[in-house]
Amino acid sequence: MRGDAKSMTVLSPRSDAEALKTYAKFPGAIPFAGGTDLMVAWNLGLLNGRAVLDLSRVAAWRKIQVVSDGVDLGSLTTHVQIQAHPILRKKFPLLVAACATVGAAQIQNRGTIGGNIANASPAGDTFPALAVYEATVRIAAPAGRRAVPIADIFAGVKRTTLKPGELIEAVFLPFVKTPARGVFRKVGTRAAQSISKTVFAGLIWTAKSGMVEEARLAFGSMAPTVRRLHAAEAFLRGRRLNDVAIAAAAELMSNDVSPIDDIRSTREYRLAASRNLLVAFLRGKGDK
Amino acid sequence: MIKLTVNGKKKTFTGAPFKRLIDVLREDFAITGTKEGCGEGECGACTVLLDGKPVNSCLVPVCQAEGRKIETVESLGTPEKLSKLQSGFLACGGAQCGICTPGMLITAHAHLKSGGGRDSKSVRTALSGNLCRCTGYQDIVKSVISAARSRKK
Repeated sequence: MRGDAKSMTVLSPRSDAEALKTYAKFPGAIPFAGGTDLMVAWNLGLLNGRAVLDLSRVAAWRKIQVVSDGVDLGSLTTHVQIQAHPILRKKFPLLVAACATVGAAQIQNRGTIGGNIANASPAGDTFPALAVYEATVRIAAPAGRRAVPIADIFAGVKRTTLKPGELIEAVFLPFVKTPARGVFRKVGTRAAQSISKTVFAGLIWTAKSGMVEEARLAFGSMAPTVRRLHAAEAFLRGRRLNDVAIAAAAELMSNDVSPIDDIRSTREYRLAASRNLLVAFLRGKGDK
Repeated sequence: MIKLTVNGKKKTFTGAPFKRLIDVLREDFAITGTKEGCGEGECGACTVLLDGKPVNSCLVPVCQAEGRKIETVESLGTPEKLSKLQSGFLACGGAQCGICTPGMLITAHAHLKSGGGRDSKSVRTALSGNLCRCTGYQDIVKSVISAARSRKK
């Protein structure tokens, strides 16, 4: 059975306060932002009879605000808005690059950063970038507001740690010191419209001596949720990036990721491709 | 009741608010140029412009088009007076079976209108969300570039 429009209840709050109030009243409603994932499920007939909380009129959550210590992305910010923003292009190029690889123009014009997070796909392309920028997810509920690190918002495949009645209102990106280099790389079947086999973001800061001050390395599609390579990051701190150190860091990757075989790729391919991405980045090759 | 503008004309829709925009266009407004391909946001055949930006109309419930401007392939030209882009497709063999063509045309139109690049790489990136299963990409890209050149003259 296809999606049956007559079976749906549409709730259309006009403000953030009204959205929270309506969601509290209809806890079974599905929050609905750009619809690029939700409508696919609906078209297949999987959501008939449900209520949707259409957030598209909540103007307060559609803004990008530059503040003193970072940038606040309203949860309804689209992938196109992120790519077009001059401060984001300058300060958070890995996120901009990630947004450019999500689907194609039609999806990037509709898909939102908050919807992307709430959908919690293991293959979410923006997540490795958000992870290395140590973004914070700002959450609103009738009882009050809270913020959690991006790493703590994902509970598993398609599951978040959002509690009943909570909605994502923004993603906060703290400014970082300009890194020595940074890279975003996605491996898929083709450049557009494909879901990642593996997706990587890396930032590295080095001292004048070449010693690593800090490395932030994150993979998507390599575990149920986005993963930072904590073991490799800790190992690299204080070391020079020679072949021995790079090989040892690559070995440590398996402490933090464990990919699966699925329709898009195999565990073996994912491990090999990810290792190559990591090594290329640490060697300073393939940077953008 | 949902009010929206389609190809410059004000329209009113009184049915189920979660009905897909593509179905409202085709069934309720009898504007049938827009075709459905995959119905899951992969192929771009159903692309229309929502406030000037390409979107998949199979992924937009009409309630999210309220008060907004929709442009379909019908806004480009008429059989008697084709747009430059449509003439370009005709001259370069940009259409084969035709199912992807309305989406290709409206996406390319948005790209050129917004000042996007006229080189092959820019055009291919702009059209990367539009699939052609006749494998006609070469001539589609050629059509867009030729139309862009004739627009410039």
